Amino acid sequence: MLNESNLFFIFLSAFLINNILLIRFLGLCSFIGISTNIKSSIGMGIAVIFVTVMACSISWAVYNLLLVPFHLEYLRTTTFILTIASFVQFEEMIIRKKLPTLYRAFGIYLPLITTNCAILASAFLGIDYKFSFIQNVFFSLGISVGYCFVIIVFAAIREEIEIAPISESFKGVPIAFIIAALMSLAFLGFKGLFKL
Amino acid sequence: MKKLIDFKVFLKGIWKENPILFIMLGLCPVLAVSSSVKDALGMGIAVIFVLTGSNFVISSIKKIVPSYVRIPVYIVVIATFVTITDYTLAAFSPQIHRNLGVYLPLIVVNCIILGRAEGFASKNNILNSILDGLGMGIGFSLIIFVIASIREIIGNGTFLSRSILGVSYNPFLIMIMPPGAFLVIGLLIALKQRIEKGGKEKC
Repeated sequence: MLNESNLFFIFLSAFLINNILLIRFLGLCSFIGISTNIKSSIGMGIAVIFVTVMACSISWAVYNLLLVPFHLEYLRTTTFILTIASFVQFEEMIIRKKLPTLYRAFGIYLPLITTNCAILASAFLGIDYKFSFIQNVFFSLGISVGYCFVIIVFAAIREEIEIAPISESFKGVPIAFIIAALMSLAFLGFKGLFKL
Repeated sequence: MKKLIDFKVFLKGIWKENPILFIMLGLCPVLAVSSSVKDALGMGIAVIFVLTGSNFVISSIKKIVPSYVRIPVYIVVIATFVTITDYTLAAFSPQIHRNLGVYLPLIVVNCIILGRAEGFASKNNILNSILDGLGMGIGFSLIIFVIASIREIIGNGTFLSRSILGVSYNPFLIMIMPPGAFLVIGLLIALKQRIEKGGKEKC
């Protein structure tokens, strides 16, 4: 159960049982758009891990140290999206200045992440579950590792299916959704992993 | 500037440029809340409201917003409308509000809304922007309604919580679980490609 204080369970539950892409359906635009080849999926996956963990920690701090004491909880949506957007910009500047190699590796994926709903969702969910700071870090780590894992596996399958003989009307996006359905079915099996 | 009111603007959102089937934007809420028709309708109405409202405001302030800060300004406008919707729904229909959960505040990062703000409302007059918002919103709601109907009828044997397939029907549970959503949207897009006669892939 998510309320359990055990950090390992929080991580595993966010990673497998409530996988952000296949069970919660978040971040699908980038999932379908980018997963046409493995290389860019790996880039996107790693960028997402990096940004989610940082952005969730910052949003957690903003919510609990700034919005709650002043009773401004209703500004949550506005503040979070602005926090994440400005954080991604800031991070992009720092990485470009200090770590040019990493910047080239991330390429266009860093700015794209701002509109990835998975990030905002993990910030919201962490607040909704009333996690402590450390729990929140593990939760966001689980979510983003889950994203990274699924998008890489999915890209690998999609690269193979490109050359497979499939019906004309299923080419491209439709078959991608069918694959996602089958993967989601597999992930549903993790539900029995530990008692909920 | 185009005509003051152009009804084609309204109609194109429903089929020709349907946000879900043709531009593939804003998929997340469509898949997530389409397991029951009632929630899907709630989500559809929320999106219509936010889309029309933000298109209206953005179109009316387009001349006074400097172009280099326009995206943050748009986001704040959209977030304001999302917050209004969130709290209104919580007050009037707590049941639907609870079912929509985190997907309601997430309308703010729905690519359809920012996409229409940037792509349409910032270039067109107020009336056309409102029509565009309505059309796109209705197009979105229609698709989510169709998907939810298919999933609820097959997966649960009910429509709007009323049993329609009788008690002897053995529900195909997987349809209201996450895989069913992917399956239905995959088949719908395949059908659309079929209708278009091998139309090229858009993403």
